[in-house]
Amino acid sequence: MEFLTWGRNPWDQSILTHVSWDLLWAALFAGVAFLLAHGGYMLLSAHRKRHAAETDALEAARPDLPPRIVRHSLAARLFHWVMAAAMFTLLVTAFLPIAGVRFAWVTWHWMAGLVLTASILFHVIHATFWLDFWSIWVGPRDMPELKAEVMREFGHDVPGPRPGKYPLGNRLYHFTIVIAALAVVVTGLFMMVRVRTPFFTRNPYLFGDATWGLTYVLHGMGGVALVGLVMAHVYFAVRPEKWWITKSMILGWITRRHYLEHHDPDRWKVRGAGPAARL
Amino acid sequence: MAVIRDPMPAFEFFQPTSVEDAQALLRRYGADAWVLAGGLDSLDWLKDRIKRPAALVDLGTIPGLKGIRDVDGGLEIGAMTTLTDLVRHPLVRERYSILLEAAEAAASPQIRNQGTIGGNVSQDTRCWYYRAGWPCYRAGGNICYADTPESINREHAILQADRCVAVNPSDTAPALIVLDAQMVIRTAGGTERVVPAEDYFVGPGIDITRMTILEPGDLLTAIRLPATWAGATFYFEKVRDRQVWDFALVSVASAIIMNGSGIERMRIAVNGVSARPLRLQAVETLVRGRAADEMTAVAAGNLAIDGAQPLTFNAYKVPLMRNLVKRAIRGVEPATWNS
Repeated sequence: MEFLTWGRNPWDQSILTHVSWDLLWAALFAGVAFLLAHGGYMLLSAHRKRHAAETDALEAARPDLPPRIVRHSLAARLFHWVMAAAMFTLLVTAFLPIAGVRFAWVTWHWMAGLVLTASILFHVIHATFWLDFWSIWVGPRDMPELKAEVMREFGHDVPGPRPGKYPLGNRLYHFTIVIAALAVVVTGLFMMVRVRTPFFTRNPYLFGDATWGLTYVLHGMGGVALVGLVMAHVYFAVRPEKWWITKSMILGWITRRHYLEHHDPDRWKVRGAGPAARL
Repeated sequence: MAVIRDPMPAFEFFQPTSVEDAQALLRRYGADAWVLAGGLDSLDWLKDRIKRPAALVDLGTIPGLKGIRDVDGGLEIGAMTTLTDLVRHPLVRERYSILLEAAEAAASPQIRNQGTIGGNVSQDTRCWYYRAGWPCYRAGGNICYADTPESINREHAILQADRCVAVNPSDTAPALIVLDAQMVIRTAGGTERVVPAEDYFVGPGIDITRMTILEPGDLLTAIRLPATWAGATFYFEKVRDRQVWDFALVSVASAIIMNGSGIERMRIAVNGVSARPLRLQAVETLVRGRAADEMTAVAAGNLAIDGAQPLTFNAYKVPLMRNLVKRAIRGVEPATWNS
């Protein structure tokens, strides 16, 4: 299997043109293999969950908390679903033609790309000024949590930290998808200069052949990575034990019980009382 | 990139005697196989060493792919029927003279003796950037060398360009679209698929690396002409740089059935303006019920070029196409000399 495709330009120089589309099938295979492996592991492993009595005690100790805890604001949820729709459109329009389903995909693709770009810009501004920006990021400070989570996955009852607002897996996924999405968005915006759109004057000479080749390769690699990442995201969203998180992305809130069972109240502080409290 | 016109690189050469055998060979060699009809498009590719197939499958030895048969008042033309045989056939002359004119406009007599109707409709674009072997979109790359500020793109597309601006070079394609021809395809899986001629061709928006819907392993086996448009009033005109032998800059084909002084129905198609021959359905709708006069022709011509986006050197194609559409509707007065 080849990873890259090359061509020779009119000056007889060897230039990159694309990633090999064999990588699409590799990403699909890797995605399916991961789903099967994780699904099998979840069936057979001894991963440690809180006992019901343990959570009952936590709930009894915090009668001040409202029954519903707001996890995602309306704006955050709108961003998520607009971005999801744009991402699905991008993947479908990019990869179905490669898989042999022919249709006029280019216009749909760049339009969805612009929607994704706009939604990401909105998200960055919204998260910076209205949300706890750093709550979704991972860093060295999360090593103790990582260690504790791994131990719990292997069935040990360890006292290490529990997640703040976002589980560790969620934060790692966010970090990965930020890299892949930024790669496709930035390269995609430059690639729009090569096709006819109402927004840019076509300029195939914006970059040299080598830089264009690299741009297309990065776009392809980001796109192929997103195939696997989106598969994993959808898989986790529909898993029964994660459904409460998915539901919160629809309704905006989680129950007090889920909050206490899965989160560290010291790391995700909920304030105020009433029908639904905010962080 | 140097163009090398010397003996071709070696390949296996097969002359199957049935479609089934041909397709078995195509399956065996996969992407390394090349289908040979008349060879007039193929030999350029091979001698220029741009295409380097491992095996050539010559369809010329399959008897079932040749000949013209009368079927229910229409005709079935084998895909390997030569353009000369088509031009000389009395039933083509009697019922579908537009196809005769289009086939006769293709290339030179020698080429028509060798070139086939299947090859003529399935041939690749003549964009010289693409045929030079450069990594353009159509060749699987990421640029159109013909759509840059200094490209030599006088012969390229003015309509429906999508990254690639190559045009379809077939002379018979617009005539077949006008005649509502049905393309009979034997798929790689062995089943028969029949598609209208206008759907046989594909633009770069749908598939940027192919000119037709033929998938690897598929073979065009025949072209069926229904009786629907037999004997209609036809018009075909091909404008080219050299009258003796050249590809079309723009060509137009039309069939009109009149009802008194009005146009009862019409089919019209153009080629040389897009990567696929275009049926002008908006024009067909516009002229229905109208007189075939100057006013209708002007309106139709203007409608035909709606959305045209000329490149640096091919703006002349816009008025050329408009005028050809006008001529297809109101006809052309015979030239007169006043000296």
